[in-house]
Amino acid sequence: MSDKKLKLGLYWAAGCGGCDVAVLDIDEKILDVAEVADIHFWPIAMDFKYKDVAAMDDGFLDVCFLNGAIRNSENKEVAELLRAKSKVLVALGTCACYGGVIGLANFCTREEILETAFKKTVSTDNPEGIIPQPVSEVDGCELHIPEVYEAVYKLDDFVNVDYYLPGCPPRAELIAKAIDAIVAGQLPEPGSVLLPAKTVCDECKREKKDRHVDEFKRPWELIPDEEKCLLDQGLVCMGPATRAGCGAACTNVNMPCRGCYGPAEGVIDQGAKAMSAVAVTAVSTNLAEMEKVISQVKDPAGTFYMYGLPNSLLRGRQMKEAK
Amino acid sequence: MTKEFEPRIVGILCNWCSYAGADLAGISRIKYPPNVRIVRVMCSGRVDPSFVLKAFAEGADGVLVSGCHPVDCHYIEGNYKMWARKVMLETMLQQLGIEPERFRLTWVSANEGELFKQYVTEMVDAVKKLGPFQKPVNWMTELLEHERSLGTAVQEIAAGGGVGE
Repeated sequence: MSDKKLKLGLYWAAGCGGCDVAVLDIDEKILDVAEVADIHFWPIAMDFKYKDVAAMDDGFLDVCFLNGAIRNSENKEVAELLRAKSKVLVALGTCACYGGVIGLANFCTREEILETAFKKTVSTDNPEGIIPQPVSEVDGCELHIPEVYEAVYKLDDFVNVDYYLPGCPPRAELIAKAIDAIVAGQLPEPGSVLLPAKTVCDECKREKKDRHVDEFKRPWELIPDEEKCLLDQGLVCMGPATRAGCGAACTNVNMPCRGCYGPAEGVIDQGAKAMSAVAVTAVSTNLAEMEKVISQVKDPAGTFYMYGLPNSLLRGRQMKEAK
Repeated sequence: MTKEFEPRIVGILCNWCSYAGADLAGISRIKYPPNVRIVRVMCSGRVDPSFVLKAFAEGADGVLVSGCHPVDCHYIEGNYKMWARKVMLETMLQQLGIEPERFRLTWVSANEGELFKQYVTEMVDAVKKLGPFQKPVNWMTELLEHERSLGTAVQEIAAGGGVGE
């Protein structure tokens, strides 16, 4: 009986665990899932070891949902292992799909990050200045830990991904819908994003007008009008470049979109596209005035690449070689 | 033998003013460095910031965008739109570690062949001083290694690639 059930695997690489929580957020639907599927690997919730996965036959798992970006050698090794063991590999969440928030690390070198994390933060107590090494010797034994990579990568940089389900995290309904589609065998072309091709603006019910802003504001500086487009009100909203699927969850509660569902269909660089859409709201024939208004956006690269720096054209800051 | 570094500059010019200005420079036989590859667009307002980033990502050493002077835009305000993007793009490029000399927005009208020559010359000189735009060796190490291990073609930007390559 049980061998007719769908064999599921779930894994987190470099992520926060929010996607795993989103899977649990499908609530009582998880019981339906348990009826049609057996979970064979889910480190955050159940006790499995990597060797259990290694012992599986290739293609043993029907579907594997992998969330989190690739940050270190462990992430890559397990991603490759799960790719071999899975018939269908789904990149779950924005980190796996596009690099996610942790992709912002690509503005710094690995050395800068390790220095800050292990030596410079206020709460760090590390008088000997020890930075963890991939291999170290303790009492005559060699200890190995995963090697932190130079940069943050998205999952499909290293393995073939069959489907993408972005979101930070993806809404539970979307995960439930994806599982339904898998059970029913109604999946689209491999390589597809399991979300609508439209943009967040399409799902956002606010009234959009021919806009001109003479001041950019940050969300805490005003209580926005609930009917009007947030861009029209001088807020930096990434809706025009961001994929729909969330039901405009943020703009519905008066917060601008920050782009967590990744680029809309046909957008090759979400940050550049969103920046373009936002910058032109400040268009004026007075160039000096326009410059003043636009420079009110203090951190454009960090703002517009908040969820997708490793997926952008340049993938991160271009580092000068060490002097 | 070491060849002098010849930068590859992508020039994105608007149909109505700057492309005609470059054309005028040509038919007037004005001499300027041959380092600029020109792409004609209908309006500088058509230039998406991702065009500029794509040029850099695919090996350009500099990007020159040129449109009609303010007030002259064939489509009324396309050049203002590009100016708005340019202001934000300059900050973004700086955050992404790209020197400011590598990107420039200029205004060149259809009768300013000389000015086009001047801008191209200035830009080529500035970028020559900076050297090639290339990703340093330690950048994306793991990805490059992975691609090599697969035997797929790795897009590596040849240092100092010359004009006419």
